[in-house]
Amino acid sequence: MSLWSRITNVFHGDRLSREIDEELQSHVEEAIERGRDRAEARRAFGSTLRLREASRDIRLAAWLDSLRADAIFGWRQIKKRKVTSAAAILSLALAIGACTSAFRLIDALLLRPLPVAQPERLYVVSFENVGAAGRLTTYDSSSYPMFRQMRAAVKEQAVLLAVSYADRVDLTYGSDAEIEEAYWQYVSGGMFGAFGLRPALGRLLTEDDDLVPGAHPYAVISYDYWMSRFGRDPKVIGRTFRMGNDLYEIVGVAPKRFTGTETGTMTDIFVPMMMKNPGTLASPNNFWLRTLVQLRPGVAAEPVHARLVANFREFQQERAKTLKLNPQQLAKFFKEKLLLEPAPSGSSNLQRDYRRPLVTLGVLAALVLLIACANIANLMIAQAAARAREMALRVSIGAGRWRLVQLVLMESACLAFWAAALGGLFAWRSAPFIVSKINPPDNPARLYLPADWRVLGFGLALTVGVMLLFGLAPALRASAVKPASALKGGESPRARRHLMHALIAAQTAFCFLVLFVAGLFVATFDRLSNQPTGFSAERILNLETVTQRAQPPVFWDQVADHLRAVPGVEKVALTGWPLMSGESWNGSIAIHGAPSEVLSDFLRVSPGWIETMRIPLIDGRDFRPGDTFPGAAIVNVAFAKQFFDGQNPVGKWFDYLEGVSADARRDRFQIVGLVRDARSRDDMRRPILPTAYVPFHAIDAQGALQTISRGTFVVRTSSANPLALASTLRREVLRARPEFRVSNIRTQTEINRSDTLRERLLARLAFFFGAVALLLAGVGLYGVLDYSVLQRQREIAIRIALGAQAGHVMRRVTADIFSMVCAGALVGLALGFVSVRYIGSLLYQVTPTDPRMLAVPGLTILAAALLAALPPVIRAVRIDPAEILRAE
Amino acid sequence: MHKPDSLQGSLDLLVLKILSRRPRLHGYAIMSAIRIVSGDVLRAEEGSLYPALHRMEEAGWIRAEWITKQNGRRARQYELTATGRKQLGAEESRWQEVTAAVNRVLRMA
Repeated sequence: MSLWSRITNVFHGDRLSREIDEELQSHVEEAIERGRDRAEARRAFGSTLRLREASRDIRLAAWLDSLRADAIFGWRQIKKRKVTSAAAILSLALAIGACTSAFRLIDALLLRPLPVAQPERLYVVSFENVGAAGRLTTYDSSSYPMFRQMRAAVKEQAVLLAVSYADRVDLTYGSDAEIEEAYWQYVSGGMFGAFGLRPALGRLLTEDDDLVPGAHPYAVISYDYWMSRFGRDPKVIGRTFRMGNDLYEIVGVAPKRFTGTETGTMTDIFVPMMMKNPGTLASPNNFWLRTLVQLRPGVAAEPVHARLVANFREFQQERAKTLKLNPQQLAKFFKEKLLLEPAPSGSSNLQRDYRRPLVTLGVLAALVLLIACANIANLMIAQAAARAREMALRVSIGAGRWRLVQLVLMESACLAFWAAALGGLFAWRSAPFIVSKINPPDNPARLYLPADWRVLGFGLALTVGVMLLFGLAPALRASAVKPASALKGGESPRARRHLMHALIAAQTAFCFLVLFVAGLFVATFDRLSNQPTGFSAERILNLETVTQRAQPPVFWDQVADHLRAVPGVEKVALTGWPLMSGESWNGSIAIHGAPSEVLSDFLRVSPGWIETMRIPLIDGRDFRPGDTFPGAAIVNVAFAKQFFDGQNPVGKWFDYLEGVSADARRDRFQIVGLVRDARSRDDMRRPILPTAYVPFHAIDAQGALQTISRGTFVVRTSSANPLALASTLRREVLRARPEFRVSNIRTQTEINRSDTLRERLLARLAFFFGAVALLLAGVGLYGVLDYSVLQRQREIAIRIALGAQAGHVMRRVTADIFSMVCAGALVGLALGFVSVRYIGSLLYQVTPTDPRMLAVPGLTILAAALLAALPPVIRAVRIDPAEILRAE
Repeated sequence: MHKPDSLQGSLDLLVLKILSRRPRLHGYAIMSAIRIVSGDVLRAEEGSLYPALHRMEEAGWIRAEWITKQNGRRARQYELTATGRKQLGAEESRWQEVTAAVNRVLRMA
């Protein structure tokens, strides 16, 4: 109670003083009433002011009171210079906001532990191999038999959990016409138990739900899905839905904070592993799941890893027997290594793809923050100079050094906390904005971004750190004032200038680094987005269409015909999936017997597709309505180069093999056409692969046409904005055949763009940081030059009076600072070369040592420096010696 | 001659004791009481009484409230709290110990 009342009294300081005064006064009055002489009573009582101060110090927290007084004084100082302070607070707020935002993203994606029991015991299995061009590639998928074998091998030491990749699926709670989408994941039945999770409603899956293939049609839904889809209806338990041909029953709701183990995706529906189709479950070659390892208490990771490695080698040996690989393939096959990596915050592709970009952006934001800090430090130093007399006076009447440090620091704290408040607002809005830019709009990254103690703690630590960074040096300097010399009329300003110059050099170095990195990212994005695709994306709309039950090909053709009649439609074709959408299908090619080591991509397309996509036909013909798979194929130039030594392959034959093994199923094709290369994969960094286009209609072994449950209608519209037709086309598909449902409509331009989303995000944000860094550094340079001209105007006036030329004055004013800028730029360059080691993997066709990459930041900084120096230099040259020297 | 020093260290004890006997006194009355009860031997320095009162108030030994006297002026009255009563007991026994010890020394010497 006592400390609390002392703290609250700080904020009622005036009332407290009045009360003490009144009490002391009443004492004297009482004495007079008792007949004592007024003067004697006062004398006996002593100095009321001194007594009041003594009592005040007892009744309130003196340290807090002095802080309060300093804060008020500091705030008054800030308010006195509205424009400068507002600029300082805004620049700082932007930088603090950017840093906090970056931290929120990094924390949410990479650092925050999963809300499960002992997340630090969680690991993920991944595999590493030397891929094409000698680059190390890693992947983290296993097949189910492989998982089972690993689980048995370490069951004493660890619990192994299989989780499939979270996937968007179509399902329905009613009729086929009411299909909706949800994020779906197959998980080991024991997962919820191993994670120590309790259901929010109903029950969770158990190991008993994961025993017999196809026998456990039970689903657990996420809390988020329960809320958004069912409005938290408790009657959701027992509801059924259909996915594919299976009917599932909802048995429970997962706890609120658990959204799956794939950070960056929130799973809506969890079903047991055993519900995956039996063929996939049994196949040792179908890699479709992640293996999570939860160590048992007291077990170290290393022995478990060793056992898994041994087990993996056995498994590989078994597998090699069935694959019938050639010796070269075998050698590569056995080089594959099993890794065990900690996964306390889950495991996802988003983490792998965005680790470096996010950390890089965080560092850029931190550099901008440092630049802003240097600016404010320089501002404070200049102000401390203006206040040297005030400080000297304070020292003369007995203020201690620490008290002065506190005085100046409180001013910094006022700046920092205002900036932090604004920055917090900025971070609150900007982090979700960036998450929304990570994935294409139809499949957004879903990241849990809470504003909890971790984020607040980071913000607070950052604010205090920033305050000390820009406030401590000026505060120490201000407090070291020597009253005798300051009151006499000025210390040597030289020492102060040294510190300011050092800060300018640091600023330039950071600014150069930010601009250099931004330049690399912008150039990378430019090169990638200008990669030729080989087809025309203009006015193309892709209608990704599904049917609940597979439909005969003739129905698909009917829908395509129906769409051709819609006004505004120029051309319609059918394909398996849109180009560059990330889906792919590949297999080996055999020309004379042995399967090739290099794989070819395959894509099913209808007649008219190559014309719709405007892929030039070099030789041969397009498909005709009667062509089927297997049978006819159209190949690209890369295919001809790879498998026919670049000769025209039209009319020749090849075999397609489903896998790399020699006894895989073979299908025979005759090449009917040769087309130019067109990009089908989503990785813009890789060259266009050999590709064979095969007919959309397939026949089975008996020669009957196979039914189809998914495909994409590719529509070229006549209007410039294809999306204007989107809703009409969606309706027309349903009108043509009610079983057909368009699950996703995307323009081809959007798909192409989504393949460089990460690079675009990096380039844009880095460019933004670069612009801010340049602006701040420019303003800082201007401030310091301006201050130094002001400080030296007497000296300059004397020089001019003695006949110095304008050029000479200019050199004198700017020489020091420009040498600092150059030194800073050199340091920045060195830092830039070091940083390339970390960001190298994010670059494409950009060499950091390219003179152009160095010239851009160098020239930009030079231009900014010249621009910033212009006004102070003009002022220096225009100094009228008569006026200045008279004033002195 | 009694210097104000004579009260050193015992002012708290005296104030607490006075307040335990006669609750609701203002500063001047406490001072007078100390003087009168001690037979004019002990005198609290008038000024130093108030910081001491405020310190004890912050320590929670006494509590204060403003009252309006008949003549319309306000005065601040003090009374003992439960903590203060405990403190008084402790200070009293400490005082007894010290004086007893001093007495022993005087007798021995």
